Amino acid sequence: MNQKLVVSPSPHVHGGDSVPKNMYGVIIALIPALAASLWYFGLGALIVSLTAVAACVLFEWIIQKYLMKTTPSISDGSAAVTGLLLAFNLPTNIPLGLIIIGAAVAIGIGKMTFGGLGNNPFNPALVGRVFLLISFPVQMTSWPVPVESRFQYLDASTGATPLSVIKEGVASGASVSDLMSEIPSYLNLFLGNMGGSAGEMAGVALILGGLYMIWRKIITWHIPVSVLASVAVFTGILHLVDPETYVGPLFHLLTGGVLLGAFFMATDYVSSPMSRQGMLLYGIGIGVITVLIRVYGAYPEGVSFAILIMNGFTPLIDKYMKPKRFGEKVKTAKVQNTK
Amino acid sequence: MLKTFSIGGIHPADRKLSAGKSIEMLPLPKRVAVPIAQHIGAPAKPEVKKGDLVKTGQVIAKTGGFVSANIHSPVSGKIFKLDEVVDASGYRKPSIIIDVDGDEWDENIDRSETLNTDITLSSEDIIKKVGEMGIVGMGGATFPAHVKLSPPPGKKCDILIINGVECEPFLTSDHRVMLEKGDELIVGIRILMKALKVDKAVIGIENNKPDAIQHLKKLTSQKSGIEVQPLKVQYPQGGEKQLIDAVIGRQVPSGKLPIEVGAVVHNVGTAYAIYEAVQKNKPLVERVVTVTGPGVTKPGNFLARIGTPVSQLIEAAGGLPDNTGKVVGGGPMMGKALTNLDVPVTKGSSGILILPHEEAHRKPVENCIRCSKCISACPMGLEPYLLMIESEKELLDRAEDDNIMDCIECGSCSFTCPANRPLLDYIRLGKGKVGQIIRNRN
Repeated sequence: MNQKLVVSPSPHVHGGDSVPKNMYGVIIALIPALAASLWYFGLGALIVSLTAVAACVLFEWIIQKYLMKTTPSISDGSAAVTGLLLAFNLPTNIPLGLIIIGAAVAIGIGKMTFGGLGNNPFNPALVGRVFLLISFPVQMTSWPVPVESRFQYLDASTGATPLSVIKEGVASGASVSDLMSEIPSYLNLFLGNMGGSAGEMAGVALILGGLYMIWRKIITWHIPVSVLASVAVFTGILHLVDPETYVGPLFHLLTGGVLLGAFFMATDYVSSPMSRQGMLLYGIGIGVITVLIRVYGAYPEGVSFAILIMNGFTPLIDKYMKPKRFGEKVKTAKVQNTK
Repeated sequence: MLKTFSIGGIHPADRKLSAGKSIEMLPLPKRVAVPIAQHIGAPAKPEVKKGDLVKTGQVIAKTGGFVSANIHSPVSGKIFKLDEVVDASGYRKPSIIIDVDGDEWDENIDRSETLNTDITLSSEDIIKKVGEMGIVGMGGATFPAHVKLSPPPGKKCDILIINGVECEPFLTSDHRVMLEKGDELIVGIRILMKALKVDKAVIGIENNKPDAIQHLKKLTSQKSGIEVQPLKVQYPQGGEKQLIDAVIGRQVPSGKLPIEVGAVVHNVGTAYAIYEAVQKNKPLVERVVTVTGPGVTKPGNFLARIGTPVSQLIEAAGGLPDNTGKVVGGGPMMGKALTNLDVPVTKGSSGILILPHEEAHRKPVENCIRCSKCISACPMGLEPYLLMIESEKELLDRAEDDNIMDCIECGSCSFTCPANRPLLDYIRLGKGKVGQIIRNRN
């Protein structure tokens, strides 16, 4: 016997899962929402998505190759996911330069400063978006009108998002029932026929993508369900208390970035908690903060801030929310006599 | 809905290549090496010296304490020498090396095939007999069987669980014992029930062995107290704590033995060996070993004497394939990679797995992406990603607080990790250090 045998500790087989499989799985799950975005915003959505993805991948490659001096790992798909999610969080008439700044912040500051994939404490795409939102508030809050702006980019005609209609309307003394006539029907909200960021409007497409990720076991149900449930419960209570000041839960779930946030942004592996119980607490935190910002804050939309704030709590949640250990509760099930 | 355990678990491809192959008698080797420590606990003390003549079944090393087991000569012949031999663990272990000459058995052993169903011994005598015959847990843990049959004072066993799960991919030795030695197995279970003074036993079998479930159901239908429980296929269901949880829904607390929840678990191979020991006076000198692997030409199940070199088993299965990259003693999830092929078969050897080069190497390790899939997979409800960091950074007090000692080393975490992180390697390391600290504390 002159062959050399490999000796290594068990296990000797691997399940075959890999980082790229998960990342490309997320990209597949984003395809329905991308298709919806292209349908409603056409040219603008195409330009914004391509630019954001290309810029994120390019920045990651440059930073890894020339600053960190490591082998670039752009093929794992994580930079592309960040790019696509960043694009989904931008209005489709945003100038190219701003997209590139956003990508540089997302990848450079949000991700690579901390050591790259696996080390970023905050969701990189949201770091990019929030940087742009605070630095360029005008460009970040002019929303192209869906369908009719299909063949326009920078010159797209703009309108308000349903959330800002309600927020400004209520602030100026109008009642919710009057304002509801100014916003699209619930069916249109569900299909995504409203103003908003590139990929956040099409509820049906986002839910489809989210279910696909749960089915592929890329994510578990805990974060999306707890985010959506806490938004629904919180806004539901407010609506019951005063229906003329507070809009109902269905409106809140279908508008703004709640669905995109719940399924794709809050579930970012790196910046979300590890245990099931931790995920539920984190999701509830995001839901509650989102509603607080939407109802009482200065911005009409608060999902991005809510997720970033809860990202900050993730290490603390991980420390105190442990999974249920085996044998923690001694079960005393009785043996049944079947014979 | 089929029963299964309640936390974690994975689904590796079962790849049971040798499931349809009947147990085949392996020819006697020319020389055997019998380690004196084939069980958990104190090593046995050799009773023979160089040049002695021994018969098959004769005691050659006597038990070294309560948690220990007798070692019997698996062959007849002459003691060649007492020396250290590398065993499956990769370490050199004191062994008795015997040159084989014929096959003369000890005259007290009944070698006939007749089924002996009358259990004449009393409970105490059964336990004594099981101890004398050197029976240990044959599922791989090799815990002396008589110890498990003697519950500590104050603890009462109310159910016997027989482990026919065989959740390791590739392995089929228990499956074949259930199919071919069913009658003997049932008598063995009745002996165990008598020894433990319980009136209920459940045989847990995963649903990927419908023939074994059918067969044993037929054999148990008229006998009271023994029940066959089909289980959902899920690794590591053959783990003692997982099996108890799956079958009767009780969870053994951290650091405690199954008797704490009134259960005793024995493997089907052990139950069969106990039948032979008690009814036939036959000590544990041979066992069924699966030899398998993707490139193996004749995968099969062989009845081999203890001490037989692994190379001879591999020959019987058609020889070592050309592209062999790794030879594992045991299954792919928990088995040990062998350092050479002269390693002897021991009481705990359930299989030999030959993996080709393309399956022998690990993939490059990447950063943890915190996907939490290791937490989902862990059957003990632990956080493998965290235990790995704590072991790596020697944060041993925190590792202990995070229940590192509960790890059963099933490998589900490493199997699942998309970043190919060596989670179990580090956890094992940390476990060793924490265990040392705990022992020094007392």
